[in-house]
Amino acid sequence: MAGITGRRSRPILHLLLAAMVLLWTLPTLGLFVTSFRAGDAVRVSGWWTALAPATQSGMVRIAGDDTASGAVRSGSVLRPDQSGARITAFGVSSRDPDAFAAGQTAELPLGGQLTLHADGRYRLVTPDPAASGQRVFFAATMPPAFTFQNYFHVLSSEGLVGSLVNSALVAVPSTLLPLTLATFAAYALAWMRFPGRALLAVATVALMAVPLQMALIPVLRFYNFAGQALGLDTKSFLGIWLAHTGFGLPLAIHLLRAGMSAVPREIIEAARLDGASELRILIGIVLPLSLPVLAAFAVFQFLWTWNDIMVALVFLAPQEVLTARLVNLMGSRGGEWEVLAASTFVSLAVPLVVFFLFQRHVVRGAVAGIST
Amino acid sequence: MLHPAAIAIATLILCLAAALAWIWGANWLLDRILPPRGTAISRNIRRAALIRPWLFLGPALLFLSAFLIYPALGTIWLSFHGPDGKAFTGLANHAWLWRDGAVRQAALNTGLWLLVVPAAATALGLVGAALTDTLRWGGLARILIFLPVAVSGAAAAVIWKFVLDFRPLGAPQTGLLNALVTWAGGTPQPWIAQPIVNTLFLMAIVVWTQTGFAMVILSAALRAVPGDTVEAARLDGATDLQVFLWIRVPQIRGPITAVWLAMTLVVLKVFDIVLALTNGQWNSNVLANLMFSWMFRGGGDFGRGAVLALALMALVLPILVATLQGGARTRKD
Repeated sequence: MAGITGRRSRPILHLLLAAMVLLWTLPTLGLFVTSFRAGDAVRVSGWWTALAPATQSGMVRIAGDDTASGAVRSGSVLRPDQSGARITAFGVSSRDPDAFAAGQTAELPLGGQLTLHADGRYRLVTPDPAASGQRVFFAATMPPAFTFQNYFHVLSSEGLVGSLVNSALVAVPSTLLPLTLATFAAYALAWMRFPGRALLAVATVALMAVPLQMALIPVLRFYNFAGQALGLDTKSFLGIWLAHTGFGLPLAIHLLRAGMSAVPREIIEAARLDGASELRILIGIVLPLSLPVLAAFAVFQFLWTWNDIMVALVFLAPQEVLTARLVNLMGSRGGEWEVLAASTFVSLAVPLVVFFLFQRHVVRGAVAGIST
Repeated sequence: MLHPAAIAIATLILCLAAALAWIWGANWLLDRILPPRGTAISRNIRRAALIRPWLFLGPALLFLSAFLIYPALGTIWLSFHGPDGKAFTGLANHAWLWRDGAVRQAALNTGLWLLVVPAAATALGLVGAALTDTLRWGGLARILIFLPVAVSGAAAAVIWKFVLDFRPLGAPQTGLLNALVTWAGGTPQPWIAQPIVNTLFLMAIVVWTQTGFAMVILSAALRAVPGDTVEAARLDGATDLQVFLWIRVPQIRGPITAVWLAMTLVVLKVFDIVLALTNGQWNSNVLANLMFSWMFRGGGDFGRGAVLALALMALVLPILVATLQGGARTRKD
């Protein structure tokens, strides 16, 4: 009976999941498609119209050509940039612009014939070579038109490359520094016995819940003060690294401690009996065995610092990192969707690559972080 | 003049070298002062074992104190002081917090966020976990739903602003939502500029970014549910839905609570999406964004910024207590 119910409800389940996947991907897909469309097209039609071939109508005058020796003229009604378009119908008067199908031959009202092929080639036979010209109306199916122009534009003239470098200069050190410091601290909390150990472990968990906002103003005030006193720049990469290190440490210590605790006790005890120093046990035994959890934290912290905007706005000059530039762009160039879209995907490229490469680590880290 | 990137890389190497030099140097020095050999070997080992953990913990504790504990205390101190953080103003900022209309609006919105977003993200995450675990193409679906977790708030804001884009009636709607509304015969709406409606959409965007996170955690928890309970229920004639709701979900109550709490923390810190889409206009402000704008408004009012940070902290406290109680319970087990 359970089997029957299960089988019968299957299509609904597929439908439900399909709807969910659609909701979770369509918004991103829309912006992705837009980033490859020309600006004029973006402003007059939705991105979904770019996916299917569009029907366009046009008119071309086959002009009288004095140098034409014969009564036969040939050429194409399509411009070179319209190659790929297919003519579906054509006509020779504005009253009946789609009287003939592509490939047919039309008899002209003043004598002569016009043949128009699907690929745009025409052949005009006219009794009077000096005639002023023949108007040709046509309907054409345009293939989807995509361009890399937006990406060239934002990468060459919008200063996005500078922000990309800055984002990396913020995120990489802000990942490595807490990772290093937390490795030592987590080892002490996991494998050394000393009074206050349990209290410290609980305190790190508690610190994870403290909102960042609690720390921003005093740290900013301290940087301003120190900058003025020592004559240094108050907005510096070093400043934001140290802040990110402090803010990231609770999660780092928590995750690494949980990961390191999973190393079998016997291995550590045996090494201690052999007279290995604590530092040697950490580097030789515990570190290699807890690489997955190190990777998990590194991925998390990298994504968080790359995607962060609040800390960057407080401790760095405006617009320096990608996220800040993006928000600024939304305000100043809100209508230029193609520029916004391309900039967004430039900013997304790195986190998405990291995400796909280390997807397993992200999942494992999330599970470990929340279930311990 | 060196390139800033070169200076930054050199600084980073210096920082890492300093951390490593500390750990080696301090351990070496400790072994020199209290050598684990000679006449006083057992006393030396005992004393060194008491000191060594603090050598390992030292740098981290220094950073935690300098960037979290000391600043948190500083924020409390600042909340009793004026805009420049110098003149003592007593409870003036705290009184302002209760009186001010904009604060009340932001607090109400934050309350609404707290009610809706964690519940919606957890519920959708649970549905996603159940569906992706049962269906054969669930693995692919899980990656696609998880993807927005890697997307920054700023990028999510651009992505959704494009979906919610509004053109006056008659013009072609290039925003997906208004195009659908027009296609169905409705009137296009400026979603972002309408009070309450905009808050609902802002919340939906955060749910969109967080559901994947909830889903992978709950999915891992569901797979850990022992199969025999499920088998027993099946033999008793329970349907798939019944097994899921009454057998599997109750057994992952712990992870569900943990996800809920994590989502609550995320919601309290929500800032970038609000900043990018409305910046608090049209009655959509939240406490985190209001705090940020007071930090810099008119040269910055650090007193009011600090008191708003305290308001956020007050909202976090129940979660903090719950987490600590949970931690104490697991340690006892």
